[in-house]
Amino acid sequence: MSDVNETPVYKRALPGPLPELDELNRFFWVSGEDGTLRFQRCGDCNHWQHPPSVICPKCLGENIAPQAVSGLATVGAVTVNHQAWTPGMTEPYVIAIVELDEQPGLHLTTNIVGIDPDKVVIGQRVKVVFEHVDDVWLPLFVPV
Amino acid sequence: MTTKYLEKNAIIAGVGQSQVGRRLDRSGLQLTVDATKAALADAGLTTADIDGVASWPGNMEAMQPGFSPVSVTDIKEAMGLELNWYSAGSESTQMSAIINACMAVATGQARHVLCFRTMCEASAIAKGSRSSLVGAGRNRIGGSFQWQIPFNAFSATNWVGLAASRYMQEFGMTREQLAQITLTARRNAQLNPKAIFTDPLSLDDYLQARMISTPLCLFDCDIPVDASTAIIISHADTAPDLKSIPVRFEAITGPLKGRDSWDQQIDLTRFNGEPAGTNLWQRTDLTPADVDVAQLYDGFSFLTVLWLEALGFCGRGEAGAFIEGGQRISRDGELPLNTHGGQLSAGRTHGFGFFHEAVLQLRGEAGERQLSQQPKVAAVANGGGNIAGAALLVRD
Ligand SMILES: [Zn+2]
Repeated sequence: MSDVNETPVYKRALPGPLPELDELNRFFWVSGEDGTLRFQRCGDCNHWQHPPSVICPKCLGENIAPQAVSGLATVGAVTVNHQAWTPGMTEPYVIAIVELDEQPGLHLTTNIVGIDPDKVVIGQRVKVVFEHVDDVWLPLFVPV
Repeated sequence: MTTKYLEKNAIIAGVGQSQVGRRLDRSGLQLTVDATKAALADAGLTTADIDGVASWPGNMEAMQPGFSPVSVTDIKEAMGLELNWYSAGSESTQMSAIINACMAVATGQARHVLCFRTMCEASAIAKGSRSSLVGAGRNRIGGSFQWQIPFNAFSATNWVGLAASRYMQEFGMTREQLAQITLTARRNAQLNPKAIFTDPLSLDDYLQARMISTPLCLFDCDIPVDASTAIIISHADTAPDLKSIPVRFEAITGPLKGRDSWDQQIDLTRFNGEPAGTNLWQRTDLTPADVDVAQLYDGFSFLTVLWLEALGFCGRGEAGAFIEGGQRISRDGELPLNTHGGQLSAGRTHGFGFFHEAVLQLRGEAGERQLSQQPKVAAVANGGGNIAGAALLVRD
């Protein structure tokens, strides 16, 4: 019964558009290749920032680089989408804003998967999983 | 003294609006001409008097069909205008055309500025293109929307739903309270012959409506329409030459503070309306208690809730209690709200409809829906999330 690969496969509800990769954002969208989520961090003042930029808005230092985060986060806001925006959508799905443990306000809009949509609540602890599509690893979150 | 704020030298000389409908057999440019002719007639001006044109966001037809189909230069060419100044651009607040026009007349760049906002979203949807859906049908998405669209957060309903969920959890606002924004708008729409939805709507109807993106149901979302609204902004010195009762700008502002995104605010229930409110009251000696009628953006009902707090009509987190039962925001209440039916019932004229209505109410020309107590000060708010503009209009 058990397969060689026992890791559950998580997917978004719909195969929607993917991000267009460029110099600035590539590290973020491919970060999940090794199972790790990364954000830009300032080497001078330690500020985490998102979306990626060319400079730290806190100290104006340019010593910024991707750095791994724990992947642990808390649900800050949640909405269950019921509207069929595109053909083929049948099930409700959960969109959430999660706050990464590393810094207040370090947010991602994402999907919470692996749970009944109506069961996701604000304050819930979640951790990152990745959906691999083409050249992109989308960070989704599951309950801890 | 607050006379250093130069928008006080700007007046609204005329307002005009095309038909507002779900599928009008008129192009965006035709609708804009209709609205412009109506505004000129209202002001007692001719095309020869107009020496400025401003709009927002400018022509977006290639990116988002129906969202903004008419260029500033389209109306200039169509009506043979000779311009000393013109401006339109998307990288600004929804109210930027009005703000820019105030600055243009105050600094002498123009005397009479035609401002317009035209939408053909209903026709675009009928043709299979939903302009308010960003990125749908595309394979890849760049720019700021890459942070929402890959997670199928296609619609502003999702983004506003997120903020609303957090707000309701934090401050205990109920759906029954939120419903009062929609129910009040619908009652007001019944007195507006141009409104789209005028059937009676009960609290039960609201609570039983289908969810779009929790906690927002169908009736929390405004209605895409075809419409154009024109506002002529002139220097106050021209008032004696006008046919209309002038309505003056007491204050106007369109700041951008905090993060320029829907999801990166440290506090997910705060938005750019707050600095707009702070700026607005710094530019005037008036206070929220002086406002007789409020025309507050309701692209989603929840945005109006945030605006009530942002402009200081109630305290932070208190809007649910403020609107409960709907009395305070009713036509006979202490703060009559969205007296034409708002965008929720009168259609998404995308901010300009609130100016149009504020002017009619201040002049006493709102017909059957004219407030019985003649208002002298109106507050107008446009936008939500990172985009926010606010204005105070007065009848001197
Ligand atoms: Zn720094």
